[in-house]
Amino acid sequence: MKPKAESLPVAAIPIAKCPTGIKGLDEITGGGLPLGRPSLVCGGTGCGKTLLAMEFLVRGTTEFGEPGVYISFEEKSEELAQNFTSLGFDLVELVGRSVLALDYIHIDASEIEETGVFDLEGLFIRLAHAIDSIGARRVALDTIESLFSGFSHDALLRAELRRLFRFLKDKGVTTVITGEQGANTLTRYGLEEYVADCDIFLNHKVTEQIATRRLRIVKYRGSSHGTNEYPFLIDDQGISVLPISSIGLEHPASTERVSTGVPRLDTMLGGKGFYKGSSVLVTGTAGTGKSSLAAHFVDSACRRGERCLYFSFEESRNQIVRNMFSIGINLNPWLEAGLLQFNNVRPTMYGLEMHLVSMHKAVETYRPDVVVVDPISNMVTAANPFEAKSMLSRLIDYLKLKNITAFCTDLTVAGGTLEHTEIGISSVMDTWLLLQVIEGSGERNRGLFILKSRGMEHSNQVREFCLTSQGVQLLDVYLGPGGVLTGSGRIAQEARERAEALERAQEIERKQREILRKKSLLEAQIAALTLEFQSEKDELERAIEREHLRREHLAQTTRSVARNRQSDELPEASPTPFETVSGS
Amino acid sequence: MRDNDNTRSAQKNKRLTGTGTTRPPFDCATYDFRLFVSGMTPNSLRAIENIRAFCKEHLAGRYHLEIIDIYQQPLCAKEYQIVAVPTLVKQTPPPARRFIGDLSHTDRLLSGLGVSCSR
Repeated sequence: MKPKAESLPVAAIPIAKCPTGIKGLDEITGGGLPLGRPSLVCGGTGCGKTLLAMEFLVRGTTEFGEPGVYISFEEKSEELAQNFTSLGFDLVELVGRSVLALDYIHIDASEIEETGVFDLEGLFIRLAHAIDSIGARRVALDTIESLFSGFSHDALLRAELRRLFRFLKDKGVTTVITGEQGANTLTRYGLEEYVADCDIFLNHKVTEQIATRRLRIVKYRGSSHGTNEYPFLIDDQGISVLPISSIGLEHPASTERVSTGVPRLDTMLGGKGFYKGSSVLVTGTAGTGKSSLAAHFVDSACRRGERCLYFSFEESRNQIVRNMFSIGINLNPWLEAGLLQFNNVRPTMYGLEMHLVSMHKAVETYRPDVVVVDPISNMVTAANPFEAKSMLSRLIDYLKLKNITAFCTDLTVAGGTLEHTEIGISSVMDTWLLLQVIEGSGERNRGLFILKSRGMEHSNQVREFCLTSQGVQLLDVYLGPGGVLTGSGRIAQEARERAEALERAQEIERKQREILRKKSLLEAQIAALTLEFQSEKDELERAIEREHLRREHLAQTTRSVARNRQSDELPEASPTPFETVSGS
Repeated sequence: MRDNDNTRSAQKNKRLTGTGTTRPPFDCATYDFRLFVSGMTPNSLRAIENIRAFCKEHLAGRYHLEIIDIYQQPLCAKEYQIVAVPTLVKQTPPPARRFIGDLSHTDRLLSGLGVSCSR
């Protein structure tokens, strides 16, 4: 078998794409919808199909200079124009400028009687006329399935639809066809069989009473595309799709350091504070001063002239300002100067993805240097922990990418392990501060630890964290055999120690005095003994002397007796019976 | 193209109904038809042929038929909400009805128009 390489086309040309202008959608699709081909947008009721189709046309006219034709099977042109005014799309003006054509196709099955063979040439002619009259490059058909409810001849309709899509391809217009979601199929009438190039599926899921819109590219022939379900938001600027999970770990790493606003905390963090663009997590149980620490950081950032965006999920803006005033932080000047913006919203207001999208939008529009999320743990109430984690890691990735310092607080449940975040996002955080309540001697005190701080040397010690009217102050805690003591316990322990030290000093003094006393006593004893010895010695010497004298006297007496007797032999001298004691 | 040749017969018809015969009033009214076709396609030609035969047979003298080619007048298609072709639109007498297809099913046409008696 000879390979038929020569019969292949000369060079494969990648699919040309038609940018939709819808935020995020072009990123997921890698440039837009297939140019000159029909694409199917399907989904359940109220999932945003009509809006997507209309935005595709409006963006086409306003951003890409491509006129569009909107064929509606459901809403009258006036109704459409009215509905889209709320989204800032002035359809009447666009129609007036002949860059947009609206046509409402009304099919009322009740007044139609089928009396033989027919075709949909009327639709074709209207479409062709609309396209040709304004030179349209884009077409939206919403919802073409209405035809199926108007006409009963199914086989004929399908043949006509096939012909319609071929017709649109021949016209070279990029078409968006919307279709209602079917039970087991993408669309109720199986439109996906005819539109084979690009299928976009929209859904609107309600989990725990919170609705989230999501978009998924089911199929995109001849092109790579994001395959996830991407959340999207509908607001006054139309649709925003968030292809956030595509963010990689390519963010820049700044070596710039920013102060935490608490001098001693800066000292604990290698003397310079956080890295700019890093993510900081403060965990702690209720009332440990997380928000106060955040306010300090915001205050110091504003002092440096940085812009701060504060997402608060628990307190209102005024409440935060008032409360922070009580610890000596006045946020009002920064609010007035436009350096600080609060974004207060209830977590249950909308779904997690919507939060993410709205936070993105806020960050995009405000362009802050610092973002505070207080607290991130409240996000869990809007979704399950897994989703919350993925959402937050995406948010943090996004902020890192933008080199925005993220300061997140996290409320941990009392009784659980403290080194555990409710959402389990500690691994994506660069710096993790732990505020802990230290209970003892009938009071609760706050302690601050640095659990981790990537890329800098940091203190391993606990500091006592005090909220004073001059702001947060960090104090050394008492570390002793009795453990870590804080608050009045620390003060009492210090006093006790001072007393003990004094006592010890007095003891030494007393002992020294005793030594002196003992020494003098000993000396006195020695003197007395010497004296006694002296007197005894004198006594003994005198006795010895007396004995000598007595013996001499005896000898003399003996000699004189012998002389008197005329004795032959006179003893010269008698041996001395005693040794003479040598005097000392 | 317009079929105006029946105007005279319609007037004659009115005169005839006025002679006291008991007939439902709608049956006596003039039928106003618009037939939308797309050029000289087989369906269109068949529809024109069928409606003319039908009118001659059942509504002789009391109908008014206008045949519109949407290829030539695409705006009419929009104005009259034409999707399927051929479409026969009955404006009067009320209620408005639409018949799509080549009008080969005469019985459906009859029941749809409410024409009970033929002349």
